[in-house]
Amino acid sequence: MTHLEAPVTAEVARAHGLSEAEFAQVRAILKRDPNLTELGIFSVMWSEHCSYKSSKKWLRTLPTTAPWVICGPGENAGVIDIGEGLACIFKMESHNHPSFIEPHQGAATGVGGILRDVFTMGARPVANMNALRFGEPAHPRTRALVAGVVGGIGGYGNCVGVPTVGGETNFHAGYNGNILVNAMTVGIARSDRIFYSKAAGVGNPVVYVGSKTGRDGIHGATMASAEFSAETEDKRPTVQIGDPFTEKLLIEACLELMATDAIVAIQDMGAAGLTSSSFEMASKGGLGVELDLDTVPTRETGMSAYEIMLSESQERMLLVLRPDREAQARAIFAKWELDCATVGRLTDTGRMVLLHKGRTVADLPIDPLAKASPEYDRPWVSAPKRPVIDPAQVAAAPPLAALKRLLACPDLASKRWIWEQYDHMVLCDTVGRPGGDAAVVRVHGTRRALAITTDVTPRYCAADPKEGGRQAVAEAYRNLCAVGARPLAVTDNLNFGNPEKPEIMGQLVEAIAGMGEACRALDFPVVSGNVSLYNETDGRAIPPTPGIGGVGLIEDSAKLTSLAFKRAGASIILLGETRGWLGASLYLREIAGREEGAPPPVALHRERRAGELVRALISAGQVDAVHDISDGGLLVALAEMALAGGIGATIEPWGKLAAHAWCFGEDQGRYLVTAPSAAEAGAVLEAARAAEVAARVIGTGGGTDLTLAGQGSMSLAELREAHESWLPAYMAEAAGT
Amino acid sequence: MQAAVIVFPGSNCDRDVALALAASMGRPPLMVWHRETELPKVDLAVLPGGFSYGDYLRCGAMAAHSPVMRAVVARAKAGMAVLGICNGFQMLVETELLPGALLRNAGLRFVCRDVHLRVETSESPFARGYNAGSLVRFPVAHGEGNYFADQATLDRLEGEGRVAFRYVGPDGETSDTANPNGSARNIAGVYSADRRVLGLMPHPERLADPLLGGVDGRAMFDGLVEALG
Repeated sequence: MTHLEAPVTAEVARAHGLSEAEFAQVRAILKRDPNLTELGIFSVMWSEHCSYKSSKKWLRTLPTTAPWVICGPGENAGVIDIGEGLACIFKMESHNHPSFIEPHQGAATGVGGILRDVFTMGARPVANMNALRFGEPAHPRTRALVAGVVGGIGGYGNCVGVPTVGGETNFHAGYNGNILVNAMTVGIARSDRIFYSKAAGVGNPVVYVGSKTGRDGIHGATMASAEFSAETEDKRPTVQIGDPFTEKLLIEACLELMATDAIVAIQDMGAAGLTSSSFEMASKGGLGVELDLDTVPTRETGMSAYEIMLSESQERMLLVLRPDREAQARAIFAKWELDCATVGRLTDTGRMVLLHKGRTVADLPIDPLAKASPEYDRPWVSAPKRPVIDPAQVAAAPPLAALKRLLACPDLASKRWIWEQYDHMVLCDTVGRPGGDAAVVRVHGTRRALAITTDVTPRYCAADPKEGGRQAVAEAYRNLCAVGARPLAVTDNLNFGNPEKPEIMGQLVEAIAGMGEACRALDFPVVSGNVSLYNETDGRAIPPTPGIGGVGLIEDSAKLTSLAFKRAGASIILLGETRGWLGASLYLREIAGREEGAPPPVALHRERRAGELVRALISAGQVDAVHDISDGGLLVALAEMALAGGIGATIEPWGKLAAHAWCFGEDQGRYLVTAPSAAEAGAVLEAARAAEVAARVIGTGGGTDLTLAGQGSMSLAELREAHESWLPAYMAEAAGT
Repeated sequence: MQAAVIVFPGSNCDRDVALALAASMGRPPLMVWHRETELPKVDLAVLPGGFSYGDYLRCGAMAAHSPVMRAVVARAKAGMAVLGICNGFQMLVETELLPGALLRNAGLRFVCRDVHLRVETSESPFARGYNAGSLVRFPVAHGEGNYFADQATLDRLEGEGRVAFRYVGPDGETSDTANPNGSARNIAGVYSADRRVLGLMPHPERLADPLLGGVDGRAMFDGLVEALG
């Protein structure tokens, strides 16, 4: 065993993000001091990003099974059965820290990474989504971050030829120092051709394919596990550079090889690159690995073992092949002009042995670095409960004027400027384009379709992490139901601050508890996910943001519905109970200028009944437009339906509630639906009664205005102008002025 | 009709256009890999959309020099029909089968949306399914579709009836707001002198199926089958 030159001290370990206790544990495991390469490997494998050491105790409480779940958390992505011998493979993952430092490349490589997580399991990626949180629009960096992130996502997704079909974008001062870029990929595979990362077969070749290894991204995983400070700019070299063209070739080459029986196991090289991929594969298989680093394709000469092992160069995969299939793999990768090199063999030692320039440069036990990595039960405290806000204590603005302001506020304004920069139609299966409740993508070659949504309401999570966690899942469920899809499973992307602070840990614990309750009540298990902690700058944490990516199945894509009003004369029906909940609402923040109050509670049993009713109504063809009611409440939902269809509406007076509470309250579990005519509305009301869902006709579609009885009218043209113009106008302002 | 779709590394609309062709032809077209040096006997070659060679160097520039393109150019000069869509149009100007160039969008951003086009002539194997002057809706999805040529070339194209489609508003009139990329004279597609080669930025194959929201693209593929047998 030859040690590298630099002496490894507790100080060097600290610089690698290892605590004193963790360094002591490293020495106990090895029964000696590690060398620098070994220390680097420990540091990335035990980073929060790779080890989930603060969150795994709580993640285990989430429901992860259902009859249709083929593979839950723990693999590269989750796998669910969608019938006809097909499986849907999906996951959402953050690329927050890199995107704040270098927005274009950070976001681009986020897309590349999540694509690899999905196609490494044998799926052709068919849709990308993204959930973005930026700082307040007035913050000097926000505009450039929006432009960079959107350009990066588009530049990567457009080139690889996977449609970016939807997502969500929020702006809030709480993200001024830490933006969130969460990317989701959905793919489709044959359910009998799923590929896993568990290595098997002592002596089998370990094969490296894809791009060459360079010096980029070294220690990205460690960076993603630390807070930011004013010196963060210096970390730009830890951001990786993406090449979507190579990714496209890698997708095609891997899928071509996957059509053969050459592959035993496959894993993408994501965070911590060659280190985490080789450790995870060996650990899952209970085997050892010997790697000859001289055979790793490198982009530059003179790379050290440390650099080769910790590089996060993009577009690389690690494979274990059957012994006689190396030539077959080489031929396929040669066709696609990609590197393919046998870099090692599986052993039965349970150890990772690295050879470089004729010397053994590392010799580490595998399990303590992978599945037996540290786990913490960090102290946590509950968030203080906020009071419920009485609508009478909230200023009542004239509803139509308030509506116009809400439709133009940064969170609700049209995101067309963003999604028109994404190719959302390539592959010719996008039947529900961006702008709807959920994106809808046909399952190629079948009548089926997948509905996809990403949801979370950070202001609810900030007010009450548990209720916010419940609501994020419920809203995903609602958005899928609103297009007629049966919700099947979710992926979660948990974005929080520093878990070493008990109040932040409390947010994480309670949000997971809320999500778990909702997932159980709605039969909506978690099949994959990602945790991003330490989203803090100079000690200020982001609002707790547990993003949910939901997937649902539509059996017959001809029965799709959308939120757009379809015809004049249609009866507009409100489903669900309206109590005028204004606490933590968008109205309270944008119109009354107050960020306070308890968020609206989610009644999960009612949520489920309403969702099932809506799906039945869509399936029976009884409703021709459906929209869930969420941010901004009833009047905003109504305006969105009217704008999408280019058809106005007249709304009748409401009951005892104050106008602003009725129009803008964010009571949960509600939908607006339209029956084609007043005569057909009766059947919808009857079905709602049978399903024990509150329902009433609130108005009629028609004309070119939104009219509120007793409150006047506003033209759709005026509302549309307000809704569509905010983001383009904001982005057109000269940066920095 | 027999058709071939040429597949380059980085092509990503090859399957889409093959499906649209198959729907009109009743059988799938041949898929021809870029390294081939011979082209099978076909009546139509399609250069699909995508990012061939990652759009490195210049969009379409490297594809224009791939082995199969020598055969495509030679056969096009002998009268074979060639349809270049999006990245395929960029290749056609790089091979000089069509005049002009496709510059970065005037708005400097990638743009993906449905646009209205006016069919400028129906006198070609590609447009015989349309009436001259009629309006169709196709999607665009490109960052570099800003058609440019010098005034003399533009005048010649107009004079020879070689402007295939123009970006127009829903009223059928050209305007700056209807032009998604700043193309000279709102030109969305151009023909070769014999109108056997068409390059266009919009994607007819993306609206050739009612479930996708429209079928205006279908008539192009149906028309090709009729024209080319």
